[in-house]
Amino acid sequence: MPKELIRLLDCSMAFDGEVVLNNLNLYINDKEFLTLLGPSGCGKTTTLRIIGGFQRQSSGDVFFDGVRINDVPPHKRMVNTVFQKYALFTHLNVFENVAFGLKLKREEGKKLSKNEITSRVSEMLDIVSLNGFEKRDVSSLSGGQQQRVAIARALVNQPKVLLLDEPLGALDMRLRKDMQNELKRIQQATGITFVYVTHDQEEALAMSDTVVVMEKGVIQQIGTPEDIYNEPKNAFVADFIGESNIVDGCMHSDGVVEIFGRKFACLDRGFAPMEPVDVVIRPEDVDIVDVKDGMLTGTVTNITFKGMLYDIIVDFKGFKWLIQTTDLSPVGSKIGIKIDPDGIHIMKKGEFSGMFGDYSSYSAEYDDISDVEYEPDGADSEAAAYET
Amino acid sequence: MKPKHFTIPYIGWMAVFVVTPIILIFVYAFTTAAGEFTLANFARIAAFRSVFVNSFRLALIATLICIVIGYPVAYILSREVMRVQRLIIMLVMLPLWMNFLLRTYAWMSILENTGLLNRFLAFVGLPTLRIINTQVAVVIGMVYNFLPFMILPIYSVIMKIDKSLLESARDLGAPPLAVFSKVVFPLSLPGVLSGMTMVFVPAVSTFVITQLLGGGMVILLGDLIEMQFLGAAFNPHVGSAVALVMMFIVIVFMYVMNKFGGGEERAVGL
Amino acid sequence: MTKKPGFFGRFYIAFILFFLYAPIFVLIVFSFNSTRSRSVWSGFSLDWYRQLFSNSAILDAFYTTIAIALLSAIIATAAGTFAAVGFHHTRRKFRTPLMQVNNIPMMNADIVTGVSLCLLFVALGSALRFRLGFGTLLIAHITFNIPYVILCIMPKLRQLDRNLVDAACDLGCTWMQAFRKVILPEIRPGIINGLIIAFTLSIDDFVISYFTAGGNVMTLPMQIFAMTRRRVSPEINALSSILFMSVLTLLIILNVREIKHEDKMKKRADNLKEVN
Repeated sequence: MPKELIRLLDCSMAFDGEVVLNNLNLYINDKEFLTLLGPSGCGKTTTLRIIGGFQRQSSGDVFFDGVRINDVPPHKRMVNTVFQKYALFTHLNVFENVAFGLKLKREEGKKLSKNEITSRVSEMLDIVSLNGFEKRDVSSLSGGQQQRVAIARALVNQPKVLLLDEPLGALDMRLRKDMQNELKRIQQATGITFVYVTHDQEEALAMSDTVVVMEKGVIQQIGTPEDIYNEPKNAFVADFIGESNIVDGCMHSDGVVEIFGRKFACLDRGFAPMEPVDVVIRPEDVDIVDVKDGMLTGTVTNITFKGMLYDIIVDFKGFKWLIQTTDLSPVGSKIGIKIDPDGIHIMKKGEFSGMFGDYSSYSAEYDDISDVEYEPDGADSEAAAYET
Repeated sequence: MKPKHFTIPYIGWMAVFVVTPIILIFVYAFTTAAGEFTLANFARIAAFRSVFVNSFRLALIATLICIVIGYPVAYILSREVMRVQRLIIMLVMLPLWMNFLLRTYAWMSILENTGLLNRFLAFVGLPTLRIINTQVAVVIGMVYNFLPFMILPIYSVIMKIDKSLLESARDLGAPPLAVFSKVVFPLSLPGVLSGMTMVFVPAVSTFVITQLLGGGMVILLGDLIEMQFLGAAFNPHVGSAVALVMMFIVIVFMYVMNKFGGGEERAVGL
Repeated sequence: MTKKPGFFGRFYIAFILFFLYAPIFVLIVFSFNSTRSRSVWSGFSLDWYRQLFSNSAILDAFYTTIAIALLSAIIATAAGTFAAVGFHHTRRKFRTPLMQVNNIPMMNADIVTGVSLCLLFVALGSALRFRLGFGTLLIAHITFNIPYVILCIMPKLRQLDRNLVDAACDLGCTWMQAFRKVILPEIRPGIINGLIIAFTLSIDDFVISYFTAGGNVMTLPMQIFAMTRRRVSPEINALSSILFMSVLTLLIILNVREIKHEDKMKKRADNLKEVN
């Protein structure tokens, strides 16, 4: 049984009447890699800043190791943070940046010799593969290196928990992948609990033990990456994590769902008879077959070459699906499709029903646009809070 | 102690040394020496109508001359190579570092009746000019002293214009003259406007230039105020009224400028 | 790319520079004149420099100016730094009107600032039994310097990473420690800039000093004003030459330093390219 380290109890946050967090309940286990995932403005950064002590929740409690820490200021929390864009001290060099926290402890009379500081800093620089950079000016480092300095600066204080706020957001694609592995390695090497904030679902799935999907200040789902991907709780999660076709369906009985007037076998059970539901079908779970063998037939309207496979858009009775396939079917051709029972996932109807999972306005540009999303979480409302 | 409390001492300072003095100007302008409410101080101003008219006329003329002279400087400069630009901007700013009394004083020796200009004119056989102690001398003094305040903001605004805008204008077929009139000039207007306020305000309120180059023959608002506070005509109540009216007109002037400039912040040419 | 300016453009610039420098040049030349005339050259001499340095009124005024400039610049910089940091952390709702009041001395004509402070000092003086003098002069200079210091520092504060203070607190600083160890060093260039500008504004000011110094204290610009009104005195030329040359030297030093700094930054940028 893993030990619980942090608990947020009924935490709410509002800036000038705008609710950013709505009754959040969350616990974080020791040595866990937990990711807060959601689009900008969903409240994930606010949650992180509440844990760090930089913002005070409007209501609710924060517990650390069973002790209420609502009134503990950031510098007394056993938590350290890697900030968006790193927040390195540009007037100090790499060594001085990393040693900043330790030197403070020394000034406050903790037993910490100069040699000890030096050895701990170089040990930390070793872990982030930056030895030899001690005397360098932080502004002379590349983005990835600055990132590592920020991690070392936080970790050298031996926190119980490391908070990371979109730490890879400012890096380019390739470096991001490298740093993902690097972070995972560091987490395993140090055994420190990581709470990681990102808007990038791939990143979240690749690195985390637990993913917390947030939207509109509410936790939509908590689970392992596999759970979140395979068993999304609602249309928002299904759409935000990976690509999903979400269609209206109707549960006939356990294991039988009706879509477009046709019955499909599925694995889900426990719904009321004839209950309207949202049906999630992942693009990769659809098999293309001959028209005569198809459970449904549709017309290909768009093809995008994606390297390994094609993204094709198929029109079924006016509803457009995204299908990922290795077979090329030309635009305009009729195809049949087949879906295995484990490729179908049923969700209860909810507030997000009908908002996502439709590809009728699909264009290849979507993929490019999705990267634009990166911006400081809830920038406006947080700027307001920062000023107080 | 929270960071926002850092402002408290300065708010106190501003209350005493910025706000109170302005209030005092109002109080003095609307009272008699005995402390009774009156509008007589403003009525007195009517007698100084010509001073007001002259002040605004000369300050506007000086401002316009500064634009006509200064804009081409800023524009030509913006197309030089960076190294030359920096050198010349330094050279334009350098005189500002010399006390402006001295700069004005220098013109006395040039414009005097027996000064360098007239000696030069006589030397080449031209008739001499009577410039010192006239409005012309005052305008020359204003233009000379405040020209850098026109050049610098225009220059910095032109330099901020995205070069690709000019290229795309060329690309779309605009001839060089049209690039200037349709792109550069409209975009540089905020600089011109902030230059205008930076020239106009000190020009309209000067009393040094008039006393040195106008020799007491040209009396402007600054002189009027100075005389009421420290001069022979000692009457701070009338002086306050004049200052208040001047302040009001300047604020209206700057407000109109800012409206044109789309609320552009005043560039400080330091 | 746009064309480089042609001959006419360069000639025009040269002409304007001539316009700007001719008077200064005339001043300097005639500071070495052997007679009192400021337009007839009668021969080289250093008499006016000698007289300048034995003129106790001018020297006194010079000392006063330096003392006022140093004191007011230092006090205004300290006060302005605190005020700027405070403003930066104040809600916009309160900050905007406060900044507007702060800008009054910069926007107002100098003469209005001067006479309004004059009214205040006279009123306070009669109530608290003091006279206009060094103290009121110093207060006036501090008052008009602070807004410029704040103007220099605010952009540096805005450029700071929003999380920098949080990072310092995260690593164990109290807010005051973060202010001392992080904010101050990070905005140092702005503070130094503010100090220099306050110092030069103070040295250069005539109008506000004129109305706030009273009858017994004189700054150098006030002394110059008095001298230009009394009689023709080439001591002024000598003084101008000295001031001009010292400013020139100072600017050259500053610029050489800046160019060196830029070269360093460029090298750094090149290093960075190699790293990536």
